[in-house]
Amino acid sequence: MTAPGRRRGAVAIVGAAESDMGEVATGMSVIDLMGQGVMRALADCGLALADVDGVFAAAGQSRMPSVALCEYLGLRPRYHDSTMQGGSSFMTHVAHAQAAIEAGLCEVAVIAYGSTQRSAGRKNVAPREFNPYETPFRPVLPASAYALAASRHFHAFGTTREQLAEIAVAARQWALKNPQAWEREPLSLQQVLASRMVSHPLTVRDCCLVTDGGGALVVTSAARARSLRQPPAYVLGTGEAISHLSISNMADLTVTAARESGAQAYAMAGLRPRDIDAVEVYDAFTITTLLFLEDLGFCPKGEGGRFVQDGAIAPGGTLPVNTNGGGLSYGHPGMYGLFVLIEAVRQIRGACGERQVSGCETAIAHGNGGVLSAQSTVILGAAAAL
Amino acid sequence: MNDATSPLAQYQAWLARGELGYQVDAHGRPVFFPRVLAPAGREGPLSWRASRGLGTVYATTHIAPKGEPAYNVALIDMDEGFRLMSRVEGIAADQVRIGLRVKVRVRPAEGDADAYPVFDPVEDAA
Repeated sequence: MTAPGRRRGAVAIVGAAESDMGEVATGMSVIDLMGQGVMRALADCGLALADVDGVFAAAGQSRMPSVALCEYLGLRPRYHDSTMQGGSSFMTHVAHAQAAIEAGLCEVAVIAYGSTQRSAGRKNVAPREFNPYETPFRPVLPASAYALAASRHFHAFGTTREQLAEIAVAARQWALKNPQAWEREPLSLQQVLASRMVSHPLTVRDCCLVTDGGGALVVTSAARARSLRQPPAYVLGTGEAISHLSISNMADLTVTAARESGAQAYAMAGLRPRDIDAVEVYDAFTITTLLFLEDLGFCPKGEGGRFVQDGAIAPGGTLPVNTNGGGLSYGHPGMYGLFVLIEAVRQIRGACGERQVSGCETAIAHGNGGVLSAQSTVILGAAAAL
Repeated sequence: MNDATSPLAQYQAWLARGELGYQVDAHGRPVFFPRVLAPAGREGPLSWRASRGLGTVYATTHIAPKGEPAYNVALIDMDEGFRLMSRVEGIAADQVRIGLRVKVRVRPAEGDADAYPVFDPVEDAA
């Protein structure tokens, strides 16, 4: 008997939308952007605010985001949750929403995010916690944490800067097929390698963008999902795993807890990596994509660098990865996981236009929080995958 | 009754004496960063020891801010079995390699900044 809260296909993501993105109007707040996302995601599926009885939210700029969003929306929902674990918060919200819906605590849940880090200035909106065991050494966080992981991967497996650059180039090629992407110009391998070094071996083109943005998802029971406007993206599997907070406490910098969160999600979904049609992973940095391709089972540990060579994850390659252009080229307001889920939903719906993965019935949406710290995986499927 | 000192203050007191202090559990197994209890997988009570100061670079990066000298950031695996973030000095920041043997040196407190441990390359006799 499957545990309640982990029943394959019991709930579905039925609405998905971005708020304004890129650089938003002066004075626009984080909760304004959440509000736009909720309004558009509800319109997407044909539900109204009055239907919402569960509210989930996370943001780097709001201390009590679900409370703030409820005030803004004028809602007193039966259930709310501000779980904060960085960029993977929203995958965890999907898992928590499923548990709440299966337990009868709510029926229609919205999951929202907003960030004005670009228009407000990143230094003003994302103060890092002082860590007496790291801060004195002036790591450029989060980039230096990922650079340390890359140094280890280079050392252990012979991975190269050129291989990482392939990941940035592939993301850009996908972004050129996405009218909503921030970056609209072609990018070459040589340009990535010649870009300003942020924290060796990662250049600015190995790093995610700094944009504003937000959005929302609507999650409800499978039964209710079937009566709504859009084809449901059924939640087939979820998994959550955490391994550390700061990079000095990560046991092996080449192995993330995505191995565990992914294994949980695959087990619940009854699927293997080879069954996944579209791969959407949180690409905070090029090395992040590489580590998740390994840890989610798309190639063996250590093979990620060779795996991504020759355009293998670019349009027309062997595995479609980060089809919206990713945090590297589509947009990155700071906690990018929500957009990973939005793209996975759109691929399942077949609504991605020029970048659509043909015959896409399953998609994995993997979130990363902190510095490879908090891993959370969601596997979505179309009705045909149930 | 409240504890008289914090884990951080005790760590700083070791550094003030020119030593890198770390905690061990009841079986002598290392714990770092310093804390008030033994974490899962270790058994309390915790006590303090002085490190011999020798370690190996586990991971490394370097940063060159505009108009400033480049500096190194590294994770160091100490011979006693704990890891910490630090920086290797005494060689060019971009010459620090994984596997390099290093020895601790305490940078004394200066102004508002507390003392902290940095590392220098050593010729390993072993």
